[in-house]
Formats: sequence, C-alpha cells, structure tokens
Amino acid sequence: MELNDLYRDVILDHNRRPRNFGGLEPADASAEGFNPMCGDRLTLRLRMADDAIGEIRFEGQGCAISTASASLMTEAVKGKTRAEALWLFERVHALLTDDAAQGEELGKLAALSGVREYPARVKCASLCWHTLVSALQSQDSGTTGAGKPAAIPTVSTE
Amino acid sequence: MNNTALVQNVQTFDVAALRRQFPLLSRSVRGKPLSYLDNAASSQRPSSVIGAVDDYERHHHANIHRGVHTLSQEATAMYESARDRLARFINARSRAEIIFVRGTTEGINLVAQSFARSSLQPGDEVLITHLEHHSNIVPWQMVCGQTGATLVVAPIDSRGDVHVDAATDLMTPRTKILACAHVSNALGTVLPVRRLIAAAKSRGITTLLDGAQAVAHMPVDVQDLGCDFYAFSSHKMYGPTGVGVLYGREQLLDRMPPWQGGGEMILAVSFEQTTFNALPAKFEAGTPNISGAIGLGAAVDFITALDRDAAHAHENALLHYATRTLTAIPGLTIVGTAPDKTSLVSFTLEHVHPHDLGTILDEEGVAVRTGHHCAMPVMDYFKVPATARASFAVYNTFEEIDRLAAGLERARKIFS
Repeated sequence: MELNDLYRDVILDHNRRPRNFGGLEPADASAEGFNPMCGDRLTLRLRMADDAIGEIRFEGQGCAISTASASLMTEAVKGKTRAEALWLFERVHALLTDDAAQGEELGKLAALSGVREYPARVKCASLCWHTLVSALQSQDSGTTGAGKPAAIPTVSTE
Repeated sequence: MNNTALVQNVQTFDVAALRRQFPLLSRSVRGKPLSYLDNAASSQRPSSVIGAVDDYERHHHANIHRGVHTLSQEATAMYESARDRLARFINARSRAEIIFVRGTTEGINLVAQSFARSSLQPGDEVLITHLEHHSNIVPWQMVCGQTGATLVVAPIDSRGDVHVDAATDLMTPRTKILACAHVSNALGTVLPVRRLIAAAKSRGITTLLDGAQAVAHMPVDVQDLGCDFYAFSSHKMYGPTGVGVLYGREQLLDRMPPWQGGGEMILAVSFEQTTFNALPAKFEAGTPNISGAIGLGAAVDFITALDRDAAHAHENALLHYATRTLTAIPGLTIVGTAPDKTSLVSFTLEHVHPHDLGTILDEEGVAVRTGHHCAMPVMDYFKVPATARASFAVYNTFEEIDRLAAGLERARKIFS
C-alpha cells in the first residue's frame, strides 16, 4: 500500500511526538523556513560545540511529513560536524528525489523514502534541511539568519 | 423556491447526462474513479467548449481586426460574437463594456492601475473586506503605495460573513473605491453585495466586484447589481484558462486612461503622439487570447442552456448533503458557515494537517484544494494555517461526497 509507505510508523510517531521541539536560548545560529504553498513554517535554532552541532531545536507548524522530517533531522544531526550535516543533507536530498537512492547509510531518515512517490510533498520533507543549511551558513558568516526565509521555491496558485 | 419545487428540480436534473458532456470526468486517478471537487480553483470543460476551440484552431485561425482576408474576418467575427454573448450573459448595456483580459486578476489590476491610479489622491481610501482573495488585495495595496491612498478592511464575523452596517461604517468622505468579492473563494460566503453597492453608490463611491466565484453558480446582472466594475475568469465557469472579462460602465471606461500600450488599442500613431482607439479596443492592446475568448463564448452557451433553477437547486443540495455528511465526522470543523453560501465547504480535521489530507484523498481519487486558498488574511482570522476545501460544480454527485467522507475516515484512521 503506497500510503502506508508514505505514512510509515516512524513518520507518524515523530509527527505525534516531535523530538527536540521548542525554543533554544541562547542560540549560536537560527533560521526560518517557510513554504508559502502550504503555509508550513519552521524556526530552527542551534548551538555549536566547536565545529559540531551541540544542541538543535525546532518549532513551528506544518504537515506530518514536514514535522516528522524536522524531528528526524534534529536527532540525526545532533553531535555531527558541519561537514557531516551537509553530507547528510545531500544524502537525504538524493533519497527524496532519486529513485535509485537506497538510503542504507541514513538510519531512521530512510523512512522518508516513500515521499519521492509524491512529488508534491518533496518540499514538505526538505524544508527543514534547507533551513538547516541556511542556519549553518548564517553562523558561518557571523550573522543570524532569523527572519530570512530559507531559499525555498515560492509557488502559490489558484 | 419552496421545498417541493426544490425536490422536483433535483429529481429532474439529469447529472449523469450532464457528466457525459465532460470527457475528463470519466477518467480515473490512482485506480479510483475521479471525484473532482476542486471546482473553485478551476472547473472542467464540456465537449462543446473543447470543440469550439478545436474548430477555431483547425479551420479559422488568423489574427483579428488586422486583415481583409477571409480567415482574419472569420476569426474576428467569432471573437466579437463571443463578446456579444458575454454582454448578454451579464446584461451589460453595451458590448463596448466587455473587455477581454487574462482573468479576474488582470481585470482588477487594470482598474487599479488605470482608474484608481489616475484618480486617487493622498489620504483617499480604498475599502475591501477581510474575505478577499489576494488578487483583490495586492493590486489595491500597490496602487495605494503609488498614490498615497490607504487600504481599509471591513471585518467579518465568526461565520465568515460580512455585515453591511460594519462595512458602511467604514465608508467616509475619503472612501473612493469599494472592491469586494461577490462570493468568497476560501469559504463560499455570498456577500451582501447589493446592499453594499447601494450604500457605496449613495456616497459616490466607485464599486468593483470580484465575480470569479459567482458567475458559474448564479445569474449575474451587472445593471441590477449596480456595480461599476465586475471581473471574472473563464476557467472557473467551464471555459478555457488564460481569458476572462472585465465589465466596466462605459462612462467610466471612456474616461479612463489606457493601461497597456501597443497595437490594436490605437487609431493613429506618430512619434509625436498617439490617438487611442475607442472601447473596448482601448483596453485590449496586442493580439488577445482569441481561441480562449471563443471557448469562453461556448462556455456561456453551455451555462445559459442549463435549467439554471434546477442547476442551482442541485448545487445547493450538494452543499447541504456535504455539510451534513462532513459535520458527522468526529474532529471535523467546517470553516465558514454563513447562511448564504455557494456549493463549497472549507474544513479542518483534528490531528490531520490539510496537506496530508490532500494526499490521502488523492489516493482515493478525490481532488480537493488544500492550503490557504490565496486568502491568508482569512486563514489568520480563523487561526488556521490552512484548510481543505471541497468545491462543487453542476456536474458533481452525492456519491462523490460519500467518497470524500470515506477518504476523511481513512485519514482519521491513519492519524489516530
């Protein structure tokens, strides 16, 4: 059943009980993600420990895919270096868009592979990752990315 | 209409025969029969509309108003005949009052950039309502920025209704334009436009109605409504995309400066000066969407051939059946419960984000719109990020509403 492949137990669980949900003060870097197509909003804050992500939390509202993806992401990147986090971003992006991608190295994140059968939902799953990249870049350049939406395609039609 | 008449009309209204006129409705989606419940976004086209466009493309296409050759004359006659039918469709006084545009959005922008921009002064006010689609907000914000005028918003109540008194209280000597929806796209509310227009007119305020969600569902008579401008789109009334109509009172259109310059809208051009063409050509610069206008003309024929009382009774029965069926689903809240609505139900389901609902319903072959419906202020008012919206057309059935309800139950189960 395709729907069960999209809404796997891991996804439903992380949607119902999102991990690392809430604010983080003080934070070394933050960014906001907004998907105007569906109204999903996400604020991501992180605290660095040397070059690694020491603490990361998110808050906002979104669909199950968006919420679960953000929750899974925070678990996956905590303790990872910047380079490792960006490597994970690449792998997840491939998992969401490339039918050949297996995702063996991704652990729980592999639960997102069902999303690629639903092209309209890929942006839901990738919003948090684009926001993470934006936060890391803002931290990189010494400025905060808060208030600046991550670079998500903005399409809204009726 | 009394109840007996309503029941009779519903019984005599042959939906199955009507559906056979719409080729797309017989397709399946994800292995299920299609239940197309996204008509407020765009309705499907009957064979007569598809055929009219096809006939034009195959046998008559040439540029209009340009050549003396046969094809150009045939194309011109077909295009202008569509204008005549549209003038009759909304009871305009004259065919010169029918301007072909790309759609409702362009029609409103035309009025904002031509009429409003040339007449608004700093301190003037433009009055809209809290229910508007973004296309009846943003063009006014833009022209307010250009002229120093202020945008004023009439409130709505918890049912999603606009109160004439509350709106009238906001009409001041500074109010120059009232622009409001005839029917709300997000909630289906039919606004009390007749009384709003009467109140505006008595104060010398120019009025525009966004009729995008109205024309397919009710007879529209612009003289009876008394509005100065009325904009609507073809693709929400069984016609092709990319074309629509701006109706304007001839007296006003005559005084307005052209919006876009180019071919067709001129009588004579030298490098020193240009003499503008008469209406409606003054506002139709460049080669228009000829096939679209011809398709729209066929859509008008389709609608006027319907028994409109019976069609309205059928749509109303769909609305009441959907409202009753969805209300019975635990955790479901209908957003927008005004007493006068078109056949549209906007709703949220507890623990299920509308976007997830949209995907689950699609798996059942049910097409609904999910999101903010280009009406973010409405979503903000009801404190929801988005809703799911089922919107019905004349060809929808009660079985399709049952499939919607079954899909919602499935969603509840997945997220329970």
